[in-house]
Amino acid sequence: MILTALCLSFIVFFLTNLEPNLEKVAKYEGNSRMSDQEVENWLSNNGFAQPLAIRYGEWLGAWPGWTREDADGQTVAGRCIPAGTDPAEAPSYCGILQGEWGESRVFREEVSSIISTRLALTGKLMFWVMLLMVPSALILGVLAGMREGSRTDRTLSTFSIATTATPEYVSGVILIAVFASSTVGLKWFKGTATSAMNDATFENFFLPVLTISLYGMGYIARMTRAAMAEVMTAQYIRTARLKGVAFPNIVMKHALRNALIAPFTVIMLQFPWLLNGVVIVETLFNYKGFGWALVQAAGNNDIDLLLGISVVSVFVVLVTQLISDIGYVYLNPRIRIS
Amino acid sequence: MEPLSWTGLLGPVLNPILLAALAVLALSLIATLILGLLPAPAPVAQADGTLAGRRGPADWSRLVMQGALWAILAIVVIYLGAGIVIPGIENKGIIGAVSARFLPVWIALIVTFALSITFKRRLGLYGKLFDNPIGMAGFGLVMFWIFTALFAGLFDMITTHGALDVASGMKNKAPGTPLNGAEPGDYPYYLLGGDTLARDVFSRMVAGSFVVIRIAPLATLFAFMVGITLGLPAGYVGGRLDTLLSFLANLILAFPVILLFYLLVTPEIVETGIPSYLAVVLFLFPLIFLTVLINARYFTDPRKRTIILALVLIPLGWLYLSLVSDRDTPVNVLPAGLDLFDIPGGILVVFVSVVFVNAPTVFRIVRGLAMDIKTRDYVAAAQTRGEGPWYIMLWEILPNARGPLIVDFCLRIGYTTILLGTLGFFGLGLPPDSPDWGTTINAGRKLLSIYPHAAIVPALALLSLVLGLNLMADGLREESLKD
Repeated sequence: MILTALCLSFIVFFLTNLEPNLEKVAKYEGNSRMSDQEVENWLSNNGFAQPLAIRYGEWLGAWPGWTREDADGQTVAGRCIPAGTDPAEAPSYCGILQGEWGESRVFREEVSSIISTRLALTGKLMFWVMLLMVPSALILGVLAGMREGSRTDRTLSTFSIATTATPEYVSGVILIAVFASSTVGLKWFKGTATSAMNDATFENFFLPVLTISLYGMGYIARMTRAAMAEVMTAQYIRTARLKGVAFPNIVMKHALRNALIAPFTVIMLQFPWLLNGVVIVETLFNYKGFGWALVQAAGNNDIDLLLGISVVSVFVVLVTQLISDIGYVYLNPRIRIS
Repeated sequence: MEPLSWTGLLGPVLNPILLAALAVLALSLIATLILGLLPAPAPVAQADGTLAGRRGPADWSRLVMQGALWAILAIVVIYLGAGIVIPGIENKGIIGAVSARFLPVWIALIVTFALSITFKRRLGLYGKLFDNPIGMAGFGLVMFWIFTALFAGLFDMITTHGALDVASGMKNKAPGTPLNGAEPGDYPYYLLGGDTLARDVFSRMVAGSFVVIRIAPLATLFAFMVGITLGLPAGYVGGRLDTLLSFLANLILAFPVILLFYLLVTPEIVETGIPSYLAVVLFLFPLIFLTVLINARYFTDPRKRTIILALVLIPLGWLYLSLVSDRDTPVNVLPAGLDLFDIPGGILVVFVSVVFVNAPTVFRIVRGLAMDIKTRDYVAAAQTRGEGPWYIMLWEILPNARGPLIVDFCLRIGYTTILLGTLGFFGLGLPPDSPDWGTTINAGRKLLSIYPHAAIVPALALLSLVLGLNLMADGLREESLKD
C-alpha cells in the first residue's frame, strides 16, 4: 500500500515537473515575457534544476532541501527557508514527512490549510450524499431482488440501469434545467451551490447531492438486487417459507442480513468513483470543495497543491479498499484469514 | 416567419390527448402502488370444480396504466411518422421536422430490424437479443446513433447546417426560430435553437454523434486488446508475472480518473510527447495480439503461417506506423510520403488516455476469467495434448470467456462514452469548437438557467446512447444466461 502511494505520488511528481510545465511555472512566478535564459536562471535559482529524483526526495522530506548561497558563501534562500526568516534556524529537511505540504502558487496559501478547508466542505457534501444514496439504493435493491423477475423487479431494475447510464454532468444539467432554470424550469431549487458552503439549505444543496447520489445509486442497487436474488434462492429461505414464516419476516430477518454483505464492499469501493463525481458536480454547481480545488490546481499546474490533493485522494482510495477488505471479513464469518 | 411550434399541425388535436394520457398514467401509477398493498381477491370456486381468479382493483388500475402507456407511445409514433408524411416544415412542427431529418436513419433501422427478426434463429447470440424486449430497445437506441453518425459523418445527410456555421442574430435563440436572412438553399429554421455562438444546436448534436461513435468503440476495442493480451498470461501463468501486472493495474485504478486526465491531456504534456509514446506502446498490443493469435494456431504449418502473418501484419503495421507517427510530435518515424493520415490534434491524446484508463479494468476481468477457466477439463486435455501456453490461452480459454466479455464490451463502450463526455466537460483534449457532446454540454452549461436548450440537447443524446448500450448489455447478459 505504501509502495502504491509512493509510486503514484512519484508519477504525479514526474508529470507535473516536466520541462514545459516548469517553464510555465517560471513564467507565472516571474513574468510572462521571460527569455529562455531567464527561465533557466529562475529555475536553477529556485531549486528546479536538480535531478528529478532529488527533487522528489526533497518534496517527500527524505533529502535535505536545496539552499542557495550568495557570493560570500552565506545561505540566502532555500526550500525550507520561508522569506523573511533567518536561514540559520531553518531545518534542513522539509517535506510531507515533516508535515510541510508546501505552498500553493495559485491561492498563495499553505497547501495543508487549503486541503483541510476544502476537504471539510466536500466531507459535508459526501455526508449528505451517503445519507441519501445508501438507504435508497439498498431499499431499491432489496425491493427488486425480493421477488426476482416480478414486475416491480423489472421496473426498478430499468430505473437503476437508467441512473447508472446517466453521468453526473448529464443528470446535473437536466436537473438544473428542470428544477432551477429561470425561463422554463420549476424554480424549486437553486442552480448553484456556492452559498451552500457557508450555510447549506435544502434549496441550494439538494440538487448537487441528488446528482451525485443518482449515479452511484443505480450501481449499488443492482449489486444489492443480485445479492438479494441469490440469497432468496438459498435453502434456508425455502425452509423458512415451508415452515410458514410470513414473507416480510423472511425478507427482514433471514435474507437481509446475508444479502447486505456484498453491497457493503461495493459501497466502500464506490469512493473513488464518488471522488470523480464530486469533481464534476462541484465544477457544475460551483461548490468550492476538494474537487474544485483539484480542477484549479491541475488547470494552473500548481505543483504542490496538486501533489497534496493526489496524495490525499490516493490515500482515501487505498484506505477504503482496506476497510472494505476488513469489513468483508468482519461481516462474513465464513471467511477467516488464517 | 413565425417560429415553429413543437408539434405543428397535429398539435391542437393530439396534445390534449397526450396530456390526458399522461395524467391517467400518473394517476394509475399511484393507484397501482397503493392498491398493490391490498390483498388480492380470493379465487372463486366454479361449478365444475375449477378455480377462477378475479381481477382485483390493483389489476384494473394496472390495466389502465398499460393502456395509457400504449396511448402515449402511439401518439409519439404518430408525431414522428406524421413529421415525415405531412408536407411543409411549418405544418410538421419541431418534432416532426426533426423526425423528417432523421428519415434515412428510420429506414435503415427498419431494414435492420426486419432482417434481424426474420433470421434471428440463425444469428446466434445476436439473434437472441431480439427475444428480449429490453435488449431490443437498447439495440434500437444504439443503432439509431450509429446510423445517425454514419449518415451524418460519411454522407453529410441529417444535419441542417454546418456544425461550425454561424448565423447573425441567432445567438441563444429558442428551438424552432426561423433562420435570420436565410438564402434560398438554406434550411429555413434552427430546429433546436442556437447556442451562445449562434450555431445550430441540432446540427452540432448530430455531428457530435460522429465524433463519439468514431472514438468510443475503437478505444474500447483497443482497451480490450491490451487487457486481453496482458490479462490472459497473468491469470493463466500466475506467479510473479501476475503480481507485477496486477500491481501496475491497481496503480492505475487507484488514480482518480479526472486527475489522470488533467495530467495527461494538458498541452504542456502533449508537447513533451508522453501521449505519443503511450500511443506507440498501446497501439502495439493489437499487433502483438494478432501475431500471437495466428502464430499459436498455425505454427505447425510454417508456410501457411508465414503467408497469413504477412497478409495481416504488413497492412496493419503500416496503419500502425502512420497512426503513431505524426509530424508535430516527437514520434515521427515515417517519411511524409508514406504517412497515410495524421490524427487531428487532440483526438489521439484523448484516445490514448481513454484506452489507458480502461485497460486495467479489462485486465482484471480477463485475469479473473482466465483463472476460473484454467481449472476446466478441456484446458487440462489441451495441456495433456502438449499444446503451448499461448494456444491454450487464445484458442481454449478466450473463446470460452466470450460471453462475459461481450457483455462487458457493451457496458464499457457506454463507460468510454461517459469518459469522453467527461473530458469534453472539462474542456480537455478536443478543440473547444468540436461538436462532440461533452464539449457542447460544457459550452452550454454557462447559461444553463437562462437558455437550457444548448446543453440539454447533447445531454439527452449522450444519455440515450449510454442507456441503449446498458440496456443492450443487460439483454445480452440475460439471454446468454438462458443457455
